[in-house]
Amino acid sequence: MSTSLSGPGPATRTPGREPVGSGLPRASQGARNLAPITAAGLLVKVVLLGLVAGIAVWAAFPLVEAEQWTGLAILAVTTAGLFYLYLTRRHVPAKYLVPGTLFLIAFQVFPVLYTASTAFTNFGDGHRGSKDDAIVAIQSSSVKQVPGSTEYSLSIATKGDPATGPLVFLLSDPKTNQVSAGDADGLRSLDAGDVTVAPGGKVTAADGYTVLNFGQASVRSKEITDLVVPTSGGAIRSNGLSRAYEGKAVRAYDAGCDCVTDSETGKTWTADGATGSFVAADGERLAQGWRVNVGLKNFSRVLTDPNIAGPFFGTLLWNFAFALGSTGLTFVLGMAIALALHSPRMRGTNLYRVLLILPYAMPSFAMLLVWRDMFNTDFGLVNNLFGLGVDWFGETWSARAAVLLVQLWLGYPYMFLVTTGALQAIPRELTESTSVDGASPWQSFRAVTLPLLLVALSPLLIASFAYNFNNINAIWLTTAGGPFPADNPRNGATDLLITYTYRLAFGAQGAEYGTAAAVSIFIFAIVATVSAISFRRTRKQEEVYS
Amino acid sequence: MRIRTAGVVAVLGLALAASGCGGGDEKEPAAQESPKAAGGKLVIWADDKRTAALKPFAEKFGQDNGVTVEVQAVSKDLQTNFVTASQQGSGPDVVVGAHDWIGNLVQNGAIDPVQLAADQKSAFSEVAVKAVTFNGQLYGVPYATENIALIRNTELAPEAPKTIEDLVAAGKKLKAEKKASEILCLQSGQNGDAYHIYPLYTSGGGYLFGTAANGDYDPKDLGVGKPESIAAFQKIAKLGEKGDGALKRSITGENSIATFTGKKCAFLVSGPWAIADAKKANIKYDISPVPGFAGGKEAQPFVGVQAFYVAAKGKNKALAQEFVTNYVTKPDLAVALYNAEPRPPALTAAFDQVKGTDPDLAKFQEAGKNGQVLPAIPAMAAIWDPFGKAEAAIIGGADPAKTITAAGTTIAGQIK
Repeated sequence: MSTSLSGPGPATRTPGREPVGSGLPRASQGARNLAPITAAGLLVKVVLLGLVAGIAVWAAFPLVEAEQWTGLAILAVTTAGLFYLYLTRRHVPAKYLVPGTLFLIAFQVFPVLYTASTAFTNFGDGHRGSKDDAIVAIQSSSVKQVPGSTEYSLSIATKGDPATGPLVFLLSDPKTNQVSAGDADGLRSLDAGDVTVAPGGKVTAADGYTVLNFGQASVRSKEITDLVVPTSGGAIRSNGLSRAYEGKAVRAYDAGCDCVTDSETGKTWTADGATGSFVAADGERLAQGWRVNVGLKNFSRVLTDPNIAGPFFGTLLWNFAFALGSTGLTFVLGMAIALALHSPRMRGTNLYRVLLILPYAMPSFAMLLVWRDMFNTDFGLVNNLFGLGVDWFGETWSARAAVLLVQLWLGYPYMFLVTTGALQAIPRELTESTSVDGASPWQSFRAVTLPLLLVALSPLLIASFAYNFNNINAIWLTTAGGPFPADNPRNGATDLLITYTYRLAFGAQGAEYGTAAAVSIFIFAIVATVSAISFRRTRKQEEVYS
Repeated sequence: MRIRTAGVVAVLGLALAASGCGGGDEKEPAAQESPKAAGGKLVIWADDKRTAALKPFAEKFGQDNGVTVEVQAVSKDLQTNFVTASQQGSGPDVVVGAHDWIGNLVQNGAIDPVQLAADQKSAFSEVAVKAVTFNGQLYGVPYATENIALIRNTELAPEAPKTIEDLVAAGKKLKAEKKASEILCLQSGQNGDAYHIYPLYTSGGGYLFGTAANGDYDPKDLGVGKPESIAAFQKIAKLGEKGDGALKRSITGENSIATFTGKKCAFLVSGPWAIADAKKANIKYDISPVPGFAGGKEAQPFVGVQAFYVAAKGKNKALAQEFVTNYVTKPDLAVALYNAEPRPPALTAAFDQVKGTDPDLAKFQEAGKNGQVLPAIPAMAAIWDPFGKAEAAIIGGADPAKTITAAGTTIAGQIK
């Protein structure tokens, strides 16, 4: 969720844009009128456009079913546009640009917009659907069996065709064996001679009616659950396909007062449009609420609620420290090893390289769990091996150190790899000439090698920073944000903004998507700003050194 | 050139037609069903283990009644997935899960109440029926109950401890004799575990929610942060890392059972799910209730219930109700589910049927006899995280009064 927003984004998008935008189209534009239509090219075109058409049709059915006409219109226009674009021989640049743009919209723009729109609502547990959904849920969960009423045996029947005929409930009273037919107009008794009743009390045949089996009946499930047979005390409803009961919806919605009234207690809950719930005079709220727009409430809550704002800024600070720390430490270690192996006097470099890549080859997900167990105070390898008794994940600073240590182990091979690559590109003559001029190795590293390395590696370091800024796995799988201060279960010492947000949105205390989306937008803004500033500075640096 | 374009259009037209048919296939059975053809489809969601046990029974139900039944395994975050799917209208008709989901599922309008006849209701154990009752309505059909107990290695500790102090003394002796390295395996981890510490919390006098007049838990009467809860945690703190060392944050959900089966501790607080591991490791064990503090109140574990729910937005609600109220209430299914995973069946008849072959079952039930039904109210969601973290902090040596008061404030602030 988060990594797609900021993680690999800047790194992959930038190089990708160049050839698509400027290189290829120009070449093909020149050759446009000469390009022959090959059989293979035509086949590819047919297959791809067929795929587009197939996906469009596949996507259209659910949209029609849900009556999402806007979505259907967008789908139709997009599909038609794609066909037009690839069936004409014109608009060649667009042919290259459109697929990327569509994917960009679908996977980057749309999620960001959706998150942004969620941030202005109270979307979360208890406020997921519309007001109508909430009213339906309130009424249907208040249906109670009328005390002392009869439990009927039920058969579903129709007059006429099983698939289309009007539905009738054939009800038999187990005590009196009286059989009646019920529909929306009410109950009618049937003559005992006209019906066949099975030993269990269920009607198996009746004159003038077609009794449905379970298979036939279940096809018309919705009609069956919607059919209520009115009686004096309430209404007879189906309970499955073989039993029926007399029930009454105790709570009913009245559009006149925009409220829900309980007929047993007489209590009234009035709709509150600001919070999206029905509230009684004594402040009691019905559990089922609905989704409403709450404006900037989520944002102001993040900034002003002392329970969120205080921890938010503390977490932000550690978040920067963590991202800088993991990027910086891995870079320093990776570079140091790369420099050592780059030295012409080094022997057996290939073996070292293979060994160094090993941590990089392990799945980090599993490694993080292994590291978590290795830091266990009593059973962990780290304490047992070194004879320590450190409560690694129990103290603020040891937990932070442990997390950075794990990050270092997981991350330095990557930095080693990229530095090795960049070092190959720096001519040895440069450092050799500095030594001729009398510079110490350290001086030549500071003045020549490092600046040239940074020109090549800065974008990668920025991308790595952005990735680590939202590195939810590194924290969630090891400390889960802990240790937590004794008086505050919300923010742990190693919590990143993203783990904090994740806990808000999907934590044990119930989903709060609205607030979580607001925090996500803050994170997005922070990462975007940091990346923008860094890239600008890098460009300046490149100008200086190149 | 023109011919080529025409050809392309024709081929595309074919492709379109073909894909159109492909997409439309699913619709067709519903549109042109014949009177004799199989009817609707019932979709059940359950976790992996239960899916395997349910499948044969679901298939039989389908064959008997001329419908298609599909049991789908949702191995992770079943509750969240169900709520999300139900909100989007793509959910199942029946879902199987723990009873403490009910509050959340009801507030999201995801499940409907079920109506059981009086004789059906009386076939279940009382505690099971109570667990699935919320706001005076029955929201699911229970099939198994579960609670934690004290599992002890009888080679190391032949006698069942009567109090937690006895247990600590026995554990310390074993530790001194180097027969075990831990006094007690009760999982906590860095972030605590409210479920496993609960018997000690109640024995110390603490409670979570008071009960309202109708027997439901009352979210307004929060026990966390009250003097009773502080007293309870002061007793727990004495067992913690700065005290006896019986409770430790290094014992986690991942290693507690393994530490017990590795014979590093003689006492394990866990549920029926730990028994398979103990058997595999050839541990001679016995099961007894979790002991309370000497002179304290009863140690009451949480009693949880697994149940079948009817999805409110299912496409085949009538069939789902039929399955849940008339089929799940039969003992055969409960016994099969027991065989798939040994938790005491909620149907009294099924329990009696398996009791004879499995002595552990009765012992677990005995241990949970005075247990408390895990509250299913939505407010319960606010408890887990703060309560667990407060527990971990206190075990680690934090001041109980300050910590638990803060946890109480946090919980009260989250209850809407």
